[in-house]
Amino acid sequence: MTKTSSVSPEKIDLIKEKAKMSRLETIRLIAKAKSGHYGSSFSSSEIFATLYYHILNYDPKNPKWPSRDRFVMGKGHSAVGVYPILADVGFFPKEELDTYTDLGSPFGDHPDMNKIKGVDFSSGSIGHGLSVGVGMSLGARVDNEKYRSYILMGDGELQEGQVWEAAMSAGSFKLGNLVAIIDNNKVTVDGNTEELMNINPIKEKWENFGWNVVEVDGHNVEELVKTFENLPSVDSDKPTAIICDTVAGKGVSFMEHGYEWHVANLGEGDIKRAIEEIEGGQ
Amino acid sequence: MSTTTFHKDTWELYKSLEMSTQLTAGETLAKLGKDHPEIVAMSSDLSKPTRLWDFGKEFPERFFNFGLAEKNMVTAAAGLASTGKTPFVSTYASFLGVLAAENIRTAVAYPNLNVRLIGTHTGIAMGFYGTSHHATEDISITRAMANMTVISPADGAALAEMVEESVKTYEGPIYFRVSRGREEPVYERSSEKVQNKIGKANRLTKGSDLTIIACGIEVNEALKAADQLKDQGISTQVIDMHTIKPIDTEAILDAAKETGTILTVEEHNVQGGLGSAVAEVLMESGVNCKFKRHGFYDEYSLIGKPYYLYKHYKLDGDGIAEVAKNLVNRD
Repeated sequence: MTKTSSVSPEKIDLIKEKAKMSRLETIRLIAKAKSGHYGSSFSSSEIFATLYYHILNYDPKNPKWPSRDRFVMGKGHSAVGVYPILADVGFFPKEELDTYTDLGSPFGDHPDMNKIKGVDFSSGSIGHGLSVGVGMSLGARVDNEKYRSYILMGDGELQEGQVWEAAMSAGSFKLGNLVAIIDNNKVTVDGNTEELMNINPIKEKWENFGWNVVEVDGHNVEELVKTFENLPSVDSDKPTAIICDTVAGKGVSFMEHGYEWHVANLGEGDIKRAIEEIEGGQ
Repeated sequence: MSTTTFHKDTWELYKSLEMSTQLTAGETLAKLGKDHPEIVAMSSDLSKPTRLWDFGKEFPERFFNFGLAEKNMVTAAAGLASTGKTPFVSTYASFLGVLAAENIRTAVAYPNLNVRLIGTHTGIAMGFYGTSHHATEDISITRAMANMTVISPADGAALAEMVEESVKTYEGPIYFRVSRGREEPVYERSSEKVQNKIGKANRLTKGSDLTIIACGIEVNEALKAADQLKDQGISTQVIDMHTIKPIDTEAILDAAKETGTILTVEEHNVQGGLGSAVAEVLMESGVNCKFKRHGFYDEYSLIGKPYYLYKHYKLDGDGIAEVAKNLVNRD
């Protein structure tokens, strides 16, 4: 793949700033809930920001616009990092996030498509996302629409058998309009993915299922932008898997690489440290 | 179409494909497909036994065979529904309402999507193919899912009518539960009048001593039982409760008041199925009524050729008549 990009340095800086905003808001919202998914939200922050501030076609004033690109989180537990972005781009007022996890709030740990504008599909049952994407991509083909469906999955999610049913069908149906994004942060709830239930080699698995595979640094915005900008045409005969090398808890030194921070709650002192590190980060 | 005549000792898959004349979803969708571009259909390597292929051959670009991957198929149907399509998903009930239950709950029922699931060869229709292929839990499983409508049509005419209604006017997910499609019909096929409406029970015979409330292929067997009981002086009302959820409460309470005795019949575990749904209505109403649920008594079914299996479990006309008589004579 030729990697070219016409994106200005200012745009790259904006995406980085928005990734930072997503992390800071994640800290704020989880502090309110007193429990939440830090590690796996932080590993996706640059992916979220690149998609919503540069790649995805959508209209916040018309969230159900039929021709919009779709974004589905197989790893729905990272939604806390996406809600602030959806608010920031205008799907709903930011103040609505203040109800996060309150009784009856639209905003919980996992996203609900019928309660939150901008959420293309509800999630929470790990392993469903790619199948939903297969359906969306078939729908686009039947309607002769040119949008893409982007499905974010964790590396732990690849342990779910349904992911491989979906991968097989996407290859078999030649869904060039489907993009799997794998946030390979290498940890799950109980431990390190490789030790707990090894899913390596990831690249070869996707290739063997008939996918075009790209490997990138999932925290390098320039690389992410180039990768998404240079995807094969939606009419090509292979779906694309983007394997993002990421760090769980990225941006907060004491969380980085630690599976213990998959679900956690920070005390006041640690919240202060985390905010300082994120604000001081690149 | 083969002219092979079914013999009770014959249970051979290829013959059954040709003889599944009551599996009318595919042909109904093929008829509706032109005016309803939102219809898409999919199966998991069982498009021919389920007869969904009748739609697939007319609209190949709107038909998807997912191979042996039901969880992926059901969830992909949900994705398709989110793009404005009305997907019809059909495979054997044991692989749909049972195997893919979590996918139905989380990806279809919870987001309240217009996915229509058609589980065929339900109950013990698969005979000696094995208890793994029987489905005597699918009503309970799908009935427990909020947003879900659960329908067990009596025959092909009923299935066709309610599939058409579901395309034209119905919103939300539906689980259709149908048998192998080789059964004798209850309703005459008619393009003139609609005989089955989702949510509205059909009273097929009038009676004063007993009501049999049945669903699916047991409706026809209940009619046979009612004939026998008439000869024995027991006046029997037969109700086709094709829609198990939302259930027709009024029909149940009227029957309880009119006959004072209700027998439910289903090829399903009595725990959680039609019988349980009727019992819930009766108990909460305070109407006094003699009552029994008939079906599988919390057991895994034996295997055997279907004719003998239905007889063994008293799910044929003779068996139902015997169970009904015992109920009527019970103190």
